Amino acid sequence: MTKASSRARHAAGDASSSNQSNSPKKELKSGSQVFCEVLENEGVDILFGYPGGVVLPVFDALMDSKIKVVTPRHEQGGTHMADAYARASGKVGVVLVTSGPGATNTVTGLATAHMDSIPMVAITGQVRTPLIGNDAFQEADTTGITRPVTKHNYIVKNPKDLARILHEAFHVARTGRPGPVLVDLPVDIATARLHYEPGEAVMDLPGYRVRQTGHMRQIVKAAEALNAAERPVIYAGGGVILGGAWAELNNLVQKANVPITTTLLGLGGFDENDPKSLQMLGMHGTAYANFAVQECDLLVAIGARFDDRITGDLSRFAPKAKVVHIDIDPTSISKSVKVDIPVVGGAKEILTEMVNHIEHRDRAAWFGQINEWKRKYPLIYDNEGSSIRPQYVIEEVCRQTRGQAIVCTGVGQHQMWTAQFYRFSRPRHFISSGGLGTMGFGLPAAIGAQVACPDATVVDFDGDSSFSMTLNELPTAVEHGLPIKVCLLNNGYMGMVRQWQELFYKRRYSSSSLKQPSFAAVAEAFGAVGITAKTKDEVPGAIERMLAEKTCCVVDFHVEREENVWPMVATGKSLQEMDGLPTVDVERLA
Amino acid sequence: MKRTLSALVQNKPGVLAHVAQMFAARSFNIDSLAVGRTEDPNLSRMTIVVVGDDATIEQVRKQLSKIVPVVKVYDFTGESLVERDLMLIKVAFPPEKRMEIQAIVEMFQAKVVDIGSKFVMVEVTGPEEKIEAFINVCRPYGVKDVVRTGQIAMPRHPQRPRDNSHDAK
Repeated sequence: MTKASSRARHAAGDASSSNQSNSPKKELKSGSQVFCEVLENEGVDILFGYPGGVVLPVFDALMDSKIKVVTPRHEQGGTHMADAYARASGKVGVVLVTSGPGATNTVTGLATAHMDSIPMVAITGQVRTPLIGNDAFQEADTTGITRPVTKHNYIVKNPKDLARILHEAFHVARTGRPGPVLVDLPVDIATARLHYEPGEAVMDLPGYRVRQTGHMRQIVKAAEALNAAERPVIYAGGGVILGGAWAELNNLVQKANVPITTTLLGLGGFDENDPKSLQMLGMHGTAYANFAVQECDLLVAIGARFDDRITGDLSRFAPKAKVVHIDIDPTSISKSVKVDIPVVGGAKEILTEMVNHIEHRDRAAWFGQINEWKRKYPLIYDNEGSSIRPQYVIEEVCRQTRGQAIVCTGVGQHQMWTAQFYRFSRPRHFISSGGLGTMGFGLPAAIGAQVACPDATVVDFDGDSSFSMTLNELPTAVEHGLPIKVCLLNNGYMGMVRQWQELFYKRRYSSSSLKQPSFAAVAEAFGAVGITAKTKDEVPGAIERMLAEKTCCVVDFHVEREENVWPMVATGKSLQEMDGLPTVDVERLA
Repeated sequence: MKRTLSALVQNKPGVLAHVAQMFAARSFNIDSLAVGRTEDPNLSRMTIVVVGDDATIEQVRKQLSKIVPVVKVYDFTGESLVERDLMLIKVAFPPEKRMEIQAIVEMFQAKVVDIGSKFVMVEVTGPEEKIEAFINVCRPYGVKDVVRTGQIAMPRHPQRPRDNSHDAK
């Protein structure tokens, strides 16, 4: 157990030592100056901010600070950028907006980050404290509105609390199971004169304790269960990436000799090119991952939360398995699936210890069975004809980027195809809204990721409908010279909605078909490069050009309109009851 | 099944809203909720009576613990408790029934705190069953109003947090 307050003193003390020379004692500063100093001391060098009335003093102070500001075109975009910045860099993402509509526009972004446990601090302006509750201009009850979509939130009502609350916000956001924390900052606090010395802002969080190291007895029990298992499967989630545990996970998998599947958010936590990888499981997971989970005698969940898109029918999920669950959040344990051996703590710490108790097992029969499933039910698609298959675009981008790009997505069919057909080998290289399923996440996410990793190739696989929700951020990318690559898999539908309507609503395509503009022309109008590809043979060249571009580039791939995502576990079905498994001669297609 | 949880929380703005919001968002049912100060001015105590099975109560306990300004949560399930609810009740008080009602008040060791021309106000404390019993007994005479604090509870032996060996709080 870590006492939060002592940690804070330590962290703040470190920061003060490097800062002391240029901050003489007992000097009064404005709340906005203190704000900038606290952020600098928390390691913030860039934030995503959209100004407005009550945050003007803060934006004014930012001009004199070392913190760079990226201005989005909409606060939702700014919030997604901060989120993706955090996902790509592992640091806390920061978004700064004004009161009222500025604050309410962050709600979708906060909820997205909250569902996926992304460390983020959102600062919202607020009207003067005496006006709060009076329905002032651009007033909203921001802490009330955002409480359900943040890990914690604050309103600063006294200038002397400002520094402490900001330090606490960063601490709470990045520790334990991370998440977004919001600080509502009234304008009179931002303009108040106050005293700030980094070492003096001591956190007061007696109710916030994080268990980082797992309980030894539980770790040994988990290791023994794994040693004894004949048909074990590891199921790893986003916690492996958030907890920086990918190397330890790989050690465990290799030493124990176990097949491993990951969730959507776990992609990149284990190298998918490794023969032990089963890739993704769940509703649109691979057949072999789903079969393996249903047949296993031990399921080791690491940093995953048994989401309904993973388990299918809960009562028939992994029916033969004993369940080990490693998670830093005690509320995740036995929330939906009853756990036999819970281990609460950080994935990195627990796996480091667990590996010491692991013995190598051969498991030839189990791997034989899995390889048989892999041979019989590979991920395939029909690439005949001259039309562009969306899966082909993803495979081709994966080939040309050698699987090394940072890949962002919107939400829908294209997201699932990306998860299936781009082979991820490195953590923090797949950035997608998993829990909330936020359409429109892709473009702002790509911007945030490119800001975090200026030298990386950042690709946004997007759907035409997802992209249309936030394409107003294209000029943000252009303005900041961010060479992000948008691969639009344009089928003129909300593809996943259409797929469900085809399968469950007798092909009645209610409201799911959109008349789209020329996205290449839209891109050009915004100052980006626009390319259109309509046939299969144009694809490799278009991707080559896109990757060579030094500015933001949008390629509009007109893909097969009614392609479906397979396999699929329909709602209420059990994981092994997949539709769309290959029935044709697989070897011929391969 | 009714279960009693007790949470020590920081005296900070929004704590009650946070707790109430969590219950609503996760579809947990609060039977009663009583909040008051403790011997430490920085802390308040919430006594929450919840209806649910073992797994639900376990989730409630963990979700409560997860709220940042919640310092500690005690699950009193299975412990020997002193439970108290305080009720003010207004009962019709016609002259011909005064002796009967007076006798009931005495039997319950309750207290008459106000007498008007038509009604008597009685203060009753005790465990929930006693309070309920008093209401039921008074019903035939005509109950005008009931105000209750909700249950508070304290274990009889020195209280300690549950031994949650694999749990953060």
